[in-house]
Amino acid sequence: MSESRVGFIAAAASLMGRDLRLALRRAGDSLLPVGFFIVVTTLYPLALDPSLSSLRDIAPAALWVGALLSSLLALDLLFRDDAQDGALEQLALCGQSFAGLLLAKTAVHWLLTGLPLVLVGPLIAITLGAPYAAMAGILAALLLGTVALSLIGAVGAGLTLSLRRNGPLLALLVLPLAIPVLIFGARATALAVQGEAIAAPLYLLAAIAVLFATLSPWALAAAVRIGLE
Amino acid sequence: MAWVWFHRFGSPPHFYRLARRLAPWFGWPAAILCLAGLIGGLGLAPPDYQQGDGFRIIYVHAPSAWLSLMVYVVMATSAAVGLIWRMNVAHAVAASCAPIGASFTALALATGMLYGRPMWGTYWEWDPRLTSELLLLFLYLGYMALRSAIDDVARADRASAVLAIVGVVDVPIIHYSVIWWNSLHQAPTVMKFGRPSMPASMLVPLLLMLAGFTCYFGALLLTRARGEILRRERNAHWISAALEEG
Amino acid sequence: MGGYARYVWPSYGLTAVVVGLNIFWARRSLRQAQREARRRLAANKVAGAS
Repeated sequence: MSESRVGFIAAAASLMGRDLRLALRRAGDSLLPVGFFIVVTTLYPLALDPSLSSLRDIAPAALWVGALLSSLLALDLLFRDDAQDGALEQLALCGQSFAGLLLAKTAVHWLLTGLPLVLVGPLIAITLGAPYAAMAGILAALLLGTVALSLIGAVGAGLTLSLRRNGPLLALLVLPLAIPVLIFGARATALAVQGEAIAAPLYLLAAIAVLFATLSPWALAAAVRIGLE
Repeated sequence: MAWVWFHRFGSPPHFYRLARRLAPWFGWPAAILCLAGLIGGLGLAPPDYQQGDGFRIIYVHAPSAWLSLMVYVVMATSAAVGLIWRMNVAHAVAASCAPIGASFTALALATGMLYGRPMWGTYWEWDPRLTSELLLLFLYLGYMALRSAIDDVARADRASAVLAIVGVVDVPIIHYSVIWWNSLHQAPTVMKFGRPSMPASMLVPLLLMLAGFTCYFGALLLTRARGEILRRERNAHWISAALEEG
Repeated sequence: MGGYARYVWPSYGLTAVVVGLNIFWARRSLRQAQREARRRLAANKVAGAS
């Protein structure tokens, strides 16, 4: 690996800019996960008694199951194209921190697919009977939760990089690992809907996000390197 | 000095032969310990004050649950060793752990359900132990599915090693979050194994069964690992001589 | 068994089955690996000789 004259921050910034530009050219792809999220959460009122008071009870579950499944779907956008055209290998060889660059890619991916969930989620919660006062808490929980999901999902995406049609396998790998996010996120949302303090589960959710952020650089780099062989 | 042992143990031909010699030293003690445990648990221990004879399920449920968790840790540890030191023996051990661990997790679930039915009235409750075991089963299945999806053995070893390491870090978090979640929703009708308050006549057979199952796992692991080593050391010179010895 | 028999004995039965199956699978896995290794060695010998 050659000693690069470009600093890491500059390299990461240019990578993120390139990813953003490419994604915005095909904006529809990035909007699919949030579209899926809206559709899936709409299924619940149709499958149940649509009175807002009873929907309120299942709103946390509907929101978070929908968020988990949407983020799973979105993972396909993270590495696949770059793996296919060799860009990912270039990143591994370019002399910058591979883990850092992969984290940068994951950050952009979250901006494009996770952040929309964060913004749309509270609105969906309203349609499922949540009070307006709950919106801030739901937003905070989804913010932390989607970041955690992006991080752990990226590791799963890296591990299944070379496999074709790996949707179900990716789900089997990532969903059990993401259970704590579901538990604490749904709990925070439920408390917010009831108008109670959400600090406890929110702190726990933050702790999980921090843990995943600490673990994922190593795991991402290792997983993608293995996948690129 | 320890490093010499470490590298000798990691040498495939040495491990292959050693495992063959060691396996009976785990197998027979396992049989004896379990026999003693069963006699104690089924025959000698008195019926429980609250649970009658139903508590005797614990003598197979607790060892299964113990195995399910311990095997995952062994799997993740040996996978990490294999990844860091590029040791085929360690990867072989990790690969051997998965089917054993998964089947005992399933057994822990089944015996847990049979234990729960007379105690709770239903076969399934979302209590923390059963829920954690179920999630652990998913982790095992995911590990095995990833392995079988990757054709090259060496790549499968390394990818599943990363997965196992991530999993073993997550397991305590999953367990804690399940306990936390459960405490919010369930009335405390959790199965009480009451370990500290167990009289010796009940506790000793349990410890015997736990020890017996652990030795049994050792014997199984050594046997399976030998086969896994053969699959990884395709054309090594030592294989023909070792196969002659059996 | 105080009425618990239909829970206790199936538990022990299932355990026996799982314990037995694991022994069987472990042995079979080793035997298969040994058979494959022998076949590979034989094939290599043929290839080397010719």
